[in-house]
Amino acid sequence: MTADTPDAARQVTAAPDPQVPAIELRGISKAFGPVQANKDISIRVMPGTIHGIIGENGAGKSTLMSILYGFYKADAGEIFISGQKTTIPDSQAAIAAGIGMVFQHFKLVENFTVLENIILGAEDGGLLRPSLAKARASLKSLATEYELNVDPDAVIEDIGVGMQQRVEILKALYRQADILILDEPTGVLTPPEADHLFRILRNLRDEGKTIILITHKLREIMDITDTVSVMRRGEMTATVKTAETSPAQLAELMVGRKVLLRVEKTPATPGKPVLDVDNLRVVDAAGVERLRGVSFTIRAGEVLGLAGVAGNGQSELLEVLGGMMPATGTVRVNGTPIDLTGPHADGQSRRAAGIAHVPEDRQRKGLIMDYAAWENSVFGYHRDPTIGRGPLMRNAAILDHAAAQMQRFDVRPPNPRLPAKAFSGGNQQKVVLAREIERGPDLLLIGQPTRGVDIGAIEFIHQQVIALRDAGKAILLVSVELDEIMALSDRIAVIFDGRIMGEVAAEDASARELGLMMAGVSTGKAS
Amino acid sequence: MERMPKWADVVLIPLISLLLAAVLSGLVILAIGEDPINALNLMIKGALGSTYGWGYTLYYATNFMFTGLAVAVAFHARLFNIGGEGQAMLGGLGVALVCLYLPWPHWSLALIASTVGAALFGAAWAFLPAVLQAKRGSHIVITTIMFNFIAAAFLNWLLVGPLKPRGGMDPSTARFPEATNLPSLHDLLAPLGISFSKAAPANISFLVGILACVLVWVLIWRTRLGYEIRAFGHSEPAARYAGISPTKITVITMLISGGLAGMMAINNVMGEAERLVLNATEGAGFIGIAVALMGRSHPFGVFLAAILFGFLYQGGAELALWTAIPRELIIVIQALVILFTGALDNMVRMPLERIFMALRRRGA
Repeated sequence: MTADTPDAARQVTAAPDPQVPAIELRGISKAFGPVQANKDISIRVMPGTIHGIIGENGAGKSTLMSILYGFYKADAGEIFISGQKTTIPDSQAAIAAGIGMVFQHFKLVENFTVLENIILGAEDGGLLRPSLAKARASLKSLATEYELNVDPDAVIEDIGVGMQQRVEILKALYRQADILILDEPTGVLTPPEADHLFRILRNLRDEGKTIILITHKLREIMDITDTVSVMRRGEMTATVKTAETSPAQLAELMVGRKVLLRVEKTPATPGKPVLDVDNLRVVDAAGVERLRGVSFTIRAGEVLGLAGVAGNGQSELLEVLGGMMPATGTVRVNGTPIDLTGPHADGQSRRAAGIAHVPEDRQRKGLIMDYAAWENSVFGYHRDPTIGRGPLMRNAAILDHAAAQMQRFDVRPPNPRLPAKAFSGGNQQKVVLAREIERGPDLLLIGQPTRGVDIGAIEFIHQQVIALRDAGKAILLVSVELDEIMALSDRIAVIFDGRIMGEVAAEDASARELGLMMAGVSTGKAS
Repeated sequence: MERMPKWADVVLIPLISLLLAAVLSGLVILAIGEDPINALNLMIKGALGSTYGWGYTLYYATNFMFTGLAVAVAFHARLFNIGGEGQAMLGGLGVALVCLYLPWPHWSLALIASTVGAALFGAAWAFLPAVLQAKRGSHIVITTIMFNFIAAAFLNWLLVGPLKPRGGMDPSTARFPEATNLPSLHDLLAPLGISFSKAAPANISFLVGILACVLVWVLIWRTRLGYEIRAFGHSEPAARYAGISPTKITVITMLISGGLAGMMAINNVMGEAERLVLNATEGAGFIGIAVALMGRSHPFGVFLAAILFGFLYQGGAELALWTAIPRELIIVIQALVILFTGALDNMVRMPLERIFMALRRRGA
C-alpha cells in the first residue's frame, strides 16, 4: 500500500475480512531517554469493533497512538494494518493507511468554515471551488449516514466544542479513514454531547469502521466499547471483552491495586454558616451577564456541590469568591462582608479572610508550571510573614517544608526541586491541594478537583476533601462530573445560565433530576 | 526531565554561538581582503593587552552591565524594555542636576546622590510606558521605543538651551565641579601598588555595576517581590489567582528596570565625561538588550556578557584605528554576535539537545 494510490488500496480495505485484525501491533517498544513509555506492546483490534484503551495519565496510551499515527517511530516492533505489514513514518502515511485521528485538543483553523477545514490538506488542485463542492456533497452523505450533522458554512469559532469535534471526525472520514482513533474525546463535552458522540461512534462501528477510544473514564469504557485494553506504566496489562469485566476489575488493572470507587463518608454535621452569598451578579468584559443573582449558604462541616454544564457561570462564581473578578451583591465570610470590587477584591485579601482556592485550571492558574514544587508550595501565600523576613523569603525553610508536605500528600516523585510541569496531573493537583488545605482555611473553593487526574489520585483527593469537611470546614465543590458531585456533596445546587436552578440534599438527588436542572428545566424544588 | 545538563545550557551554548559568530566575522573580514587572524590579534591586544585597553573595555562593560540588568529585570516579568537608551539619557540629566546644582564636599556623597538621581530620572522615564501598558494595554515595546526619541529630543533642547552655560560653544552642560569627579581605576588601584592606566575612563562605577548585579540577583531570586515578578512573567492568570496585581507588578518592574538603565549615567556622565553631552549614551541602551539575551537574564550572565561586549567595543575601535577595516564592520561583528547569541539561540540549542539525548540513551 503506497501513498500514491490510496483509492486503489481502499478497495481492498473497504470490505474488511472479519477474521483479520484491522490493526495489529506486535512487540512495540518506545523509550524517551531512560523512560520506557511503551514496553513490548502487542494488541489486536478486530474490524468493526470499538476498542477501548484505558490507563492512568502517563501509562503510555498517547505514545502508543502517536506511534500508530506516525508522530513517533517505535524503537522495536511491527505494525500490521488489515494483515499487511506497514511502516508509518509520518501522519501522511497513517492517513494513506486509512487511519484517522481525533486529538484531545482539536487541530482546526478557528476562522475557517467547516468545509474549508475539512478540505485543508486534502485539496484536489490549485482551485478551491471543485474541492469545496466535492466536500459539500460527501459531507451531506456522511451527515445522513452517521448522524454527523454540521452546518458546512459555519465558522469554527462560532460553533460549540461538540460540533468542532464532529468536524474533526468528518475530516478523518473525508480522508476515507477506516480506523478512527479518538483521544479522550469526552473531556470537553457536556453529558448530552457525549451521548450524541457515542451514538455516532456506534453508527460508525455498525458501518464497519474500526474505532479506538482512548480514555481514563471507566464509565465510557463500560458504555461503549466491545473490547478493552488496560495499560499501566508502559505495559499492556490485559485485554478483555467489555461484557466480561467490571469497573472495579478495570480500575484494579489500571492502578495495580484495589481502588475504592465510592467515597466512604459519614453524614455531615453542619455548624454555623461560613459562606453567605446573596444576589451575586457578574457582567463579563463582553457585557454578558454571567451570574444573574446567585444566592446560597454553606455551613461549617458541609460540602455544597455545584453541578452544571461548563460555561453556565460556575467558573465566574469561583473567580469572584477567589478574588480574581469583580462582582456586585454581598458575600459574607463568617458574618463579615468581603470586598467585591474595591482594592481588597484580590487573592491576597481572600486568603487573609480564610478562603482557600483550588482553581479549575491548575496549570494556568493554580501553579506556575516553570516554578519548582517548593516555590509553588507557597504560591499565593508568599506574602505570609511565616515564610520569610521582611522582603526576603526563607528559601531553605520553604524547601524543607515543601519536602515534608509532599511526603504527607504522597506527591510522586517527592522531589521539591522538580518544576511543576514535570509532575503528572494528579500530582500537580496534590501540590495545589496540599498548599490550600494545610493552612487551615475556613472555606475551601475547589473547582474540577479531579480533571485530568488519574484514578489512584482521585481516591486520595476525594478523601482529603471529606477529611477537611469532617474537620469542620466549609467546602464549595464545582465540577462538571456529576458522579463526583453526587459522591462528595452533602447538598447539591444546580447552576444554569447564571442562576441557581434548585438545590437538593445529596441523599435525595437523582442523576435524572439533576440532569434536567442542568439543562435548564426547573423541577419545582427551586429555592 | 531536563534535556541537557545545566552547564551546557549556560556555558556551552553561548560559547558555540560566539564561535560561530567569530567564524562568520572572520569570513567577512577575509572577503574585504583583510587578515582575520591578524584582526583578532589586534582586537585582543587592543582591548585586553594593556591596562589602557582594559580600562576602556571595563568602562564600556559598566555601561552595558546597567542597561543589560535593566532589560533582564524586565524580561523576568515578560516585559520587553527597549527604552534603556532613553532612560539612560534621562539618568544623565539626573546626574547632571545633582552634580551641578548641589554643593558636594566629597565625591562619595556625590556618587550616592547621583546614583539616586540617575535611578529616579530613569525610573520616571519608564513610568509612563509602564502605566500605559498596565492600564491601557499599549504595548511596552512601542511606547518605550517612542520614549527614546522623546528623550533624545528633550535632551537636545535642554543642552542647546537651558542647561548650556553662557558662552558655551557645544551642546553640553558646564563641567561638573571638581569635588564630584569620581576616582578612576588608576586612583583606586594605586594604593594597592597596581599601576593602572591613567588615561582610561574605567572608574569606581564598575564596582557599583558589580554591586548592582548582586542586588538584582537577590531581588529576583531571594525576595517576595522577585518571586512575584517571575510569577507574573510566567503566567498572568496565575499571578491574578495568587493575588498579585498585574498593574502593580508591571509598574514596579518597569520602575526598577528604568532605574537601572538610568544608573548607567554615573559611569558615562559622571565618571567619564564629567559633564552632560549630547547623545552621551552612544547606543548602550540597545546593547543592553543583547547583553540580557546573551546573559539569559541572569545577573552573572549579564556581567559576563557585558564584559564581552565591552571587549568587542574597545577591540573594534582599535581595529578601525590600525587597519583598513572600516568602523562599520565592527557593527557587523557585533550584530553577528547578537544574532547568534540572541536570535539564533535555537539553532545551536536543538542539535546540542539531540546530541545530549543520544549520549544519554547510549549511557542508559
